[in-house]
Amino acid sequence: MSDTVIQVALIGNPNTGKTSLFNHLTGLNQKVGNYPGITVDKKTGTCKLSKTQKATILDLPGTYSLNASSADEKIAIDVLNDPNNENYPDVAVVVTDVEQLKRNLLIFTQVKDLHIPTILVINMADRMKPKGITIDIPQLEADLNTKIVVISSKLQTGISDVKEAILAYKSISTEVCIPAERFKQNTIKNPELLTSLTAAELKKVQHHETVIRYQFINNSLKNSYKIDKEKASDLQTKLDRIFTHKIFGYLIFGLLLLLIFQVIFEWSSVPMEFIDETFGALADWTKATLPAGMFTDLLAEGIIAGLGGIVIFIPQIAFLFLFIAILEESGYMSRVVFLMDKIMRRFGMSGKSVVPLISGAACAIPAIMATRNIESWKERLITILVTPFITCSARLPVYAILIALVIPSERVFWIFNWQGLTLMGLYVIGFAIALLSAYILHKTLKIESKSYFVVEMPKYKVPLFKNVALTVIEKTKTFVFEAGKIILAISIILWVLASVGVNDAFTNADKIVTTSIEENGFNEIQEVSLQNKMIRFEESLKEEASKSNKTLTAQDVNTAIAEKMPEFRQAVIEDEIAALKLENSALGTIGKAIEPAIKPLGYDWKIGIALVSSFAAREVFIGTLATIYSVGSEGDDEEGNTIIAKMQSEVHANSGKKVFTFASGISLLLFYAFAMQCMSTLAIVKRETNGWKWPMIQLIGMTIIAYVAGLIAFQFLK
Amino acid sequence: MLTIANLQKGEKAKILDFPIDTIPLKLIEMGCLPGNEVTLVQTTLFNGPLFLTINGSNIAVRKDTAAQIFIEKL
Repeated sequence: MSDTVIQVALIGNPNTGKTSLFNHLTGLNQKVGNYPGITVDKKTGTCKLSKTQKATILDLPGTYSLNASSADEKIAIDVLNDPNNENYPDVAVVVTDVEQLKRNLLIFTQVKDLHIPTILVINMADRMKPKGITIDIPQLEADLNTKIVVISSKLQTGISDVKEAILAYKSISTEVCIPAERFKQNTIKNPELLTSLTAAELKKVQHHETVIRYQFINNSLKNSYKIDKEKASDLQTKLDRIFTHKIFGYLIFGLLLLLIFQVIFEWSSVPMEFIDETFGALADWTKATLPAGMFTDLLAEGIIAGLGGIVIFIPQIAFLFLFIAILEESGYMSRVVFLMDKIMRRFGMSGKSVVPLISGAACAIPAIMATRNIESWKERLITILVTPFITCSARLPVYAILIALVIPSERVFWIFNWQGLTLMGLYVIGFAIALLSAYILHKTLKIESKSYFVVEMPKYKVPLFKNVALTVIEKTKTFVFEAGKIILAISIILWVLASVGVNDAFTNADKIVTTSIEENGFNEIQEVSLQNKMIRFEESLKEEASKSNKTLTAQDVNTAIAEKMPEFRQAVIEDEIAALKLENSALGTIGKAIEPAIKPLGYDWKIGIALVSSFAAREVFIGTLATIYSVGSEGDDEEGNTIIAKMQSEVHANSGKKVFTFASGISLLLFYAFAMQCMSTLAIVKRETNGWKWPMIQLIGMTIIAYVAGLIAFQFLK
Repeated sequence: MLTIANLQKGEKAKILDFPIDTIPLKLIEMGCLPGNEVTLVQTTLFNGPLFLTINGSNIAVRKDTAAQIFIEKL
């Protein structure tokens, strides 16, 4: 009985089910942080061992050894080698896969040689019978001089035995496996060698050490580990014959991707609509319930709208990460890495770049974090730099609204229509520019970095629900918190900028507009706007009548419109006031200041404002346009004030020509496809590349490409 | 001398030797050591990586790495 917490470190090779065991031990009581100064996830959790005893479990990164050849391994060494380290364990748990026991024991011998009580967990016990494996546990415990627990994380057996073994850690021997004299030199015993030797010398020492450790392991297993080779099933080999086939392998991967994206769009449309309506209703309710004023406006138009803009992406992002997690858990993703390596290498990347590039279709932030397992710095850097070109969820609403505006919805061929084809084209163009820039970077970047590629192909297995679910939650959380805080902050800043005036025209907007209309009547554009309101009202009347099976005479319609006329006129005036206010707000001033620069691309100052705010995060484009077109015009009529309708009727102030034409629409689409408009991504790139140099290069380069593409498109199409 | 890159799909061999300096340590840790058995399971288009079974583990390595590991066919 003790009230101190036992510190446990979980160690093991990748693909041994170490994370499954961690999830079983800690459940939802886990958190992911960062080790100070480096970008390696630090996963910790708490576990109740008995009624009175708790343990803190540290899930060290999955590594093959403690040889310090990667950041992950260095972390493990720092923790295990230094009794003063805050994470130094009372007991280590090394997780191994029963089918790979020999290889998995390498790291076990290294940990045990540090005089830490080390429990050996042999996982995947359910595979022993089908594979014809038998282990003489007491014999092996004697040979390795430690406590062994056999578990199956799939069937959840043996988990309580692990807890008991941890509780009794004090009875475990701390004798080393291999006496230090057997090594000429030993980096485990003498970690200072890691820095004092040259790379070549160090490798020799570690090679020698590995050979001796394998001799010890072979001797230990000789008497206790038996495998009946005839029983080894060949389902795995058969699967690999199909999935890694020279032609079918690629075909299957392509079809799988297509299917995944199809399903994501289908599944996420319902929850997204629901979220959209809920936040809309919430904003309306806030405005209706709270007393009118600055604070209510900020809450409804700034904060609630900003939060809605984050939450709406969760379905798409969660679904994509669900599929990626399933592909990774099942072991299939490693085969994709194998298949794609040669192709990706032509573009200066690695087969391992495929996962970040696919994840980029959800959100670049977790995607860039997923580049950490690419060994070569050059390949990793290129992957980081080009991932934001991949069409992420945040671009989709921008695309959707622009496509609806400028692309006709006619059908071509049988099942395609122009709008769908345009969207697909934008995906293709994003991917193409990613590859093209990767190729250019590959040819121009002069970075010497050893490019090696050693990937374990784990066994295929049915993914564990718990592992998949926790991964999805973890990645989605990354998006919500990393991107969310910036998007929310920007939404509030935007609202403030739009509500602060810079001159008299802002403060006296009411008077100016009312006087001008009293004197001159409505101008042409205002008349059109009034007409539109009448037409829309008439349509809604007719719709209502047909719903309730009433007949509607022309007389009825005219009377109704005449009744509503003063309301319509007032609405037009209010819109005019709102527009004048916005034009003279701080935000309007910024938009006007950059108008000369974006005029050649076909944009006016209002789009300019949206572009500026998009540099914080793309999806803010819609929110900004909503703000620009609806700030002040409260009491929306049902459908008349949707953004698309507003944008459609938007004209250039001086010429009266439409703002959103085919040319300016395509120009904007291309601009959004290529521009680096996501502050959250820049922040992550800064963290992952350790400085501002690369995110700045990325920002400037992508903006130039976007500007040029937009310019060419507009000038050719107008 | 033969290397892993000379193997045909499905062929087995025994690892003899390799230059310590250029072979990734990770491969050594995974059991790529003289005396161990290696099988070439699968190849890819355009001389891409090779899918090997070494010491019971499935490992993919690039062809240039495989071409440095000397073997004796079994």
